[in-house]
Amino acid sequence: MSDELGLTRQTDTAPRERIARWFFFACASASVVVTLGIVVVLVLGAVDFFRATAVPLGSAPEQTVPFAEYLFGSTWSPGGEPQSFGLLAPLSATIMLTIGAALIALPLGLATAIYLSEYASERNRAYLKPALEVLAGVPTVVYGYFALVYITPAIDAVLPIDLSTFNLLSACIVVGIMIIPMVSSISEDAMSAVPDSLRQAGYGLGATKFDVSTSIVVPSAVSGIASAFILALSRAIGETMAVAIAAGSRSVLQNPLDPTAYFGPNSPITAQMINLALGDISARGPAYRAMFALGLTLFVVTLLMNLISDLIAQRYREVYR
Amino acid sequence: MSDETIASDELASTESEISTETDPDSDTDTDTDSTMVNHTARDDERATATAGFETDESTVGETIIESREISVWYDDNQALTDITMQVPEHGVTAMIGPSGCGKSTFLRCINRMNDLIDAARVEGELALAGKNVYDPDVDPVALRRRVGMVFQKPNPFPKSIYDNVAYGLEIQGVDGDHDEIVENALRKAALWDEVSDRLDENGLELSGGQQQRLCIARAIAADPEVLLMDEPASALDPVATSKIEDLIEELSQEYTVVIVTHNMQQAARISDKTAVFLTGGELVEFDDTQKIFENPEHQRVEDYITGKFG
Repeated sequence: MSDELGLTRQTDTAPRERIARWFFFACASASVVVTLGIVVVLVLGAVDFFRATAVPLGSAPEQTVPFAEYLFGSTWSPGGEPQSFGLLAPLSATIMLTIGAALIALPLGLATAIYLSEYASERNRAYLKPALEVLAGVPTVVYGYFALVYITPAIDAVLPIDLSTFNLLSACIVVGIMIIPMVSSISEDAMSAVPDSLRQAGYGLGATKFDVSTSIVVPSAVSGIASAFILALSRAIGETMAVAIAAGSRSVLQNPLDPTAYFGPNSPITAQMINLALGDISARGPAYRAMFALGLTLFVVTLLMNLISDLIAQRYREVYR
Repeated sequence: MSDETIASDELASTESEISTETDPDSDTDTDTDSTMVNHTARDDERATATAGFETDESTVGETIIESREISVWYDDNQALTDITMQVPEHGVTAMIGPSGCGKSTFLRCINRMNDLIDAARVEGELALAGKNVYDPDVDPVALRRRVGMVFQKPNPFPKSIYDNVAYGLEIQGVDGDHDEIVENALRKAALWDEVSDRLDENGLELSGGQQQRLCIARAIAADPEVLLMDEPASALDPVATSKIEDLIEELSQEYTVVIVTHNMQQAARISDKTAVFLTGGELVEFDDTQKIFENPEHQRVEDYITGKFG
């Protein structure tokens, strides 16, 4: 059979096509491989931390930490005598940080999103959106410095409270400010996706702009807004630099619902890991391996939050079509 | 208009006067009905003259919406040119015409929905129950509370069926038993029997036709004077459409219904008055529906009705 037109040439298996396919696949896999690598390292380190390893001849028996003691211990003092690794102390600081940041970022971020999506003129949007992106782009170490040097003295001067130089309150404020752009931009996307026909229906019934925004648009976008909240909070939980600078290096178990607890230093999980990494600790000691345990804890918490966010997005996805 | 019509109309109005005098607490009278009747009773001395004028205007009722030289521009494009017409109270007034002739634009002039479009500019006067809604002291939000609207595509809120109907009551702060009002609205919208046992279900789970009836229930729950409908059946199948049409006829007993439709048979079936808009945003002819479809004044209207264009 003749093939004068060259119709049987197989471009799909040509070397260039094949190489390209493998190259793109390799690039796409890189992030997955790195993630898996991190998880493996964290798990191995943490297992080391919890399990007694074989003691090399002639050295002192290695100290290990029982899982229950880690999970339910209330004192965190890796450099103390005796050492103690109770997760509850840094965890309480993390919870306080999350609550404080949420109190600031959720209302402000949501209000910003409502303004952008429902009220702002094209011109105001054109100014406000880039400004928010700049806010999101400020290095977190700058936020930490800002908290230490400006926010803490300012609060101290204005409010009649006994504020320590390092305190969780200023950390909560800066982390809250830091995650506002995340809350507002994801929420705004969700609100912009609410069909205009629903707004029209509201106006047609004699709703004011406020009615339409708060009782139609926000409830209709609730799944997207909830995802925005959770993603922003998991960012707050993972935030390190600003907190390490502003909130001090000591972790104490405190009641997150006690407002006065926020006036003193309390270092959350992330900042505690920095302390361990930068502190004078032996690479073989439990303090070193505690980093992995903390890292794994943090990883599990943020992973869970992302899963919850996905779940909410799926469960409450509104079907408009 | 025949003398017969006048006579029957006068008879009807006399009857209702008598009925209010003998039975002033009659529960069957709605607010709008009794207002009209009271008005007639007050002007009893001039009743004959008024009645004569009324019947000249329409077989249905007094004028409730009066448009005087309404023109609308979207930026520099004129969408409506000097629309002057009088919509009678109660009954169904249909607006027909080809796409882009401005009939929906006119509908949105009545409840000032065009205010929401930055590019839109309205000139002229449009009186609702005697008050020009384009007067500077008129609040469009307050206006829209007296004028219900049903849209082309069913657009229930992603809320429960109950909350959809109660929404207007809540934002307007309507007093009274909301459960009862919601039930009444759903009954009037011929939806109650289908949803009475699942009021807390999401409105979006209903079928398209049910959704549109839910939107009608939502629009009438707050008891407006006028019900505007912008091609309410165009997204529905024939069975759902015929239910909506029956419903519109039913509702026109109590409300003034102004409906935009693409479907000329629909206009012929359900409307008492028909306005024909043709390209260029002009109102070419406005008259009793029967007259429009059987013996229109204008050749262009006849051409449109008989399908020669449009």
